[in-house]
Amino acid sequence: MEPNENIARAVEVSWLWLIPFFPLLGSAINVAVGHRLQKLYGKRAVHFIAVGVMLASCVVTEVVFWKHMFGAEPSQRFLEDHLWTMWQSGSLRVNLSFGIDPLGMMMTFIVTHVATLIHVYSTGYMADEPDYWRFFTWLNLFVFSMLLLVMGSNFLVMFFGWEGVGLCSYGLIAFWYTDVEKAKAGLKAFVVNRFGDFGFVIGLFILFWSLSGIWNPQTNKYEHQHVAYVTAQGVTVGPTVEFRELRNQVSDESTGMAERLKGMTFWGFPLLALVCILFFVGATGKSAQIPLYVWLPDAMAGPTPVSALIHAATMVTAGVYMVARLNFLFALSPPAMTVVAVVGVLTALFAASIGFFQYDIKKVLAYSTVSQLGFMFIGVGVGAYWAGVFHLMTHAFFKACLFLGSGSVILACHHEQDMRKMGGLKSYTPITRWTYLAACWAIAGFPWASGFYSKDEILWKAWTAENLTAPWIGPAIYIVGAIAALGTSFYMFRSYYMTFTGEYRGGHGHEDKERLEDPHAMAAHAHAGAITHGVPDGAPAAHAAASTVAHQHDESHGAMSTPAQAHDEHKVEVAAATAAAHGHDDGAHGDAHAHGGVPHESPNSMTYVLALLAFAAVVAGFVFGWPAAWAGGHEPVLEHFLAPSLPAAEHVRFAEPGHATEFLFQFFGLAIAALGWAGARALYLDNKSTVPARLKEMFPRAWSVVFNKYYVDELYQATVVRGSLIVARISYFIDQNLIDGLVNFMGFLGRAVAYLDAAIDTYIVDGAVNGLASLTWNSGKQLRRIQTGHIQSYLFGALGGAIVFVIIQYVIR
Amino acid sequence: MTSIGLPHFLIVGAALFALGMVTVVTRRNAVGILMGVELILNAANVNFIAFNHYVAAPGSLTGQVFSIFVIVLAAAEAAIGLAIVLAIYQTFKTIDVQETDLLKE
Repeated sequence: MEPNENIARAVEVSWLWLIPFFPLLGSAINVAVGHRLQKLYGKRAVHFIAVGVMLASCVVTEVVFWKHMFGAEPSQRFLEDHLWTMWQSGSLRVNLSFGIDPLGMMMTFIVTHVATLIHVYSTGYMADEPDYWRFFTWLNLFVFSMLLLVMGSNFLVMFFGWEGVGLCSYGLIAFWYTDVEKAKAGLKAFVVNRFGDFGFVIGLFILFWSLSGIWNPQTNKYEHQHVAYVTAQGVTVGPTVEFRELRNQVSDESTGMAERLKGMTFWGFPLLALVCILFFVGATGKSAQIPLYVWLPDAMAGPTPVSALIHAATMVTAGVYMVARLNFLFALSPPAMTVVAVVGVLTALFAASIGFFQYDIKKVLAYSTVSQLGFMFIGVGVGAYWAGVFHLMTHAFFKACLFLGSGSVILACHHEQDMRKMGGLKSYTPITRWTYLAACWAIAGFPWASGFYSKDEILWKAWTAENLTAPWIGPAIYIVGAIAALGTSFYMFRSYYMTFTGEYRGGHGHEDKERLEDPHAMAAHAHAGAITHGVPDGAPAAHAAASTVAHQHDESHGAMSTPAQAHDEHKVEVAAATAAAHGHDDGAHGDAHAHGGVPHESPNSMTYVLALLAFAAVVAGFVFGWPAAWAGGHEPVLEHFLAPSLPAAEHVRFAEPGHATEFLFQFFGLAIAALGWAGARALYLDNKSTVPARLKEMFPRAWSVVFNKYYVDELYQATVVRGSLIVARISYFIDQNLIDGLVNFMGFLGRAVAYLDAAIDTYIVDGAVNGLASLTWNSGKQLRRIQTGHIQSYLFGALGGAIVFVIIQYVIR
Repeated sequence: MTSIGLPHFLIVGAALFALGMVTVVTRRNAVGILMGVELILNAANVNFIAFNHYVAAPGSLTGQVFSIFVIVLAAAEAAIGLAIVLAIYQTFKTIDVQETDLLKE
């Protein structure tokens, strides 16, 4: 039998563990002695360690690539590093092992390189932070977890990373934990992710359960037994959590695993669809898709480099990466793929529409990220795995650049995040302006910048997809996706024009706006706005359930005469508190950058990073994804490189309408981008147009619904949060009355028995003991009298005894 | 009138013993008690001599030897007894045995 090309065989590379080890080392050093280092040698020592370990990790990654990937045979590209077996239980064997295949290589590249750039950027951005060492500890730990996630060769190691990035995300969102709103945002991210992780774990359990058996070729049946066997292809068949082994079992037809999985049901559901959808639930949590996207916008409470690294470039793409990693499973289940693609496109449109009307520059970017993640899921959902992953890569570049640009803008405007108070920054911050523009160009999808290639590839694949449950779904996804792409172009250029053109509208004071920003203030603001526009209904909802987390302010607000007033008072309060807590800021700020009333360009450590990322955002597209239609049928570099990792890509069918159609669609995509750009330019250039304000007044109700993010947070507050609170209250009641009653009764019973026992002890046992003692005591007391000490009386006794003896012996007898 | 026989000696011995015992029991003076003891010992001696004369084989000296032992013993006992009496006197400033009741402790 000739070897099957789809069987992946591992090449052992014993030093792969170095890649995640270095960030772990940096984190360990900084957590142990970072505080002291910072005190003794200044912040320089801390970031030398943090950036140094990242550079080391980058170098190892490069060596792996150039030595083992570049130019290697496709079959030689599965590098593995088996460290040790963590535990073995029955047929479950969990190794701590790392694996890098082309897909993992690309992810590792992105993670290490983008993370290094963002570390460098952070040295500038966080220069005023007193807890500098803590920031870099978390950041290093995050990179370590992310590398575990992308390099783990089995589900369990991946899951450790999966949880680790969640933890670090929590720690970094709530980095300024003295601000309650930020701490709550971190908590929200963590809790929402738990919902997704639950799906992931259940999916994993069901998948593992379904593998526990082997195919019997004689009887043509699957037999439930735990003995693994090896096929002619050298594939070990049996339960496994290793990605590569699972992939081989599915790819090697002689195992019958693919048919087996397709045919299995679990409680009446098709097992494979169930498993894939549960995994996708995990992905919706981590990658912020409907319905679990709500944490990502709130996550903007974290420092901006964190938003760039975790909430744009790396962590949030983990879900996309996982679906691509499990392509061989998803491809077997068209329903699951349809779910992925449809949820992706709905999220893309939904988030893009919210992005239209946000004023906070980071919120715009957050919704943009949610939307772009939706595009990635369209890609991996319709079966164009490489296109989804390609968009992941290009997105990592341009979105990191946008976020870091926004960070630079925020710093320039003295921690102002509201775009209404910016404007005209192009003359103050030229480098930031050009890099931001380049990234907008990329994300909007204009040719020769990366977004064009990746987004058009995804939408084109959606149009031609044939692996979905119904033929009309692909084109429908295309149309909705195209509208979302139009929105993308519009809101990105809106943010560009509002920020960089016109007159500078900001104040001159130093307002610590980033740290003040809280969801509640936003909602209260919206309420005030709604009243001005004569919409009394709808507004109370905005106020009552301002956010899932911020409701203890409601009482104080309810007591106030008008919500707007309440908002102001609240803000003043917080401002005072924050000013007290962060009084260090003004002093420390001075050295790094002049701090007058005018905006200022950021330090070199930030602008160089921006330039590098902008460069990558522009060129990555045509270097890695030059379309086949333009290159006479040569597949794009990245698709060719990733092919060994994506065996399912060969089985997913696409229509082949010909290059002319594809050119037409590409032109259409370009037209959409141009339309969005033109719209944004007309409405927002130089802040001249009054159309936006008039539109807002014409449709106040629609405006307020969209501005308040369709009240999804409020909906969750009313359903999920309130529901779980009710459950908690019921549990509390049961706990208080039933469980406590039972416990107390048992306690009472114990006490009663103890009383009885004590009585027995006191009166019977102690009585006997004491009685004996007093008997001895008293008899001793009496007998003591005989002992007089007078020898003569003793002699009397002896004599008396002798006389008695004599009488008995001689007289009585 | 019969000749003096064994019973007469025994009666003398018993009388001596009784006198000695009464002296020991009733005297309050420690030296008196010692004297009573001497009487008891001599009562024993009389018995030894009498039994040797009337009961033992002719020519045997066992009774006499025992008496000499007893006399030596009595001398030694008197010496030690008087030493004890002296010690008692130094301790209690009296030799009245009713006063010296340290033995009860």
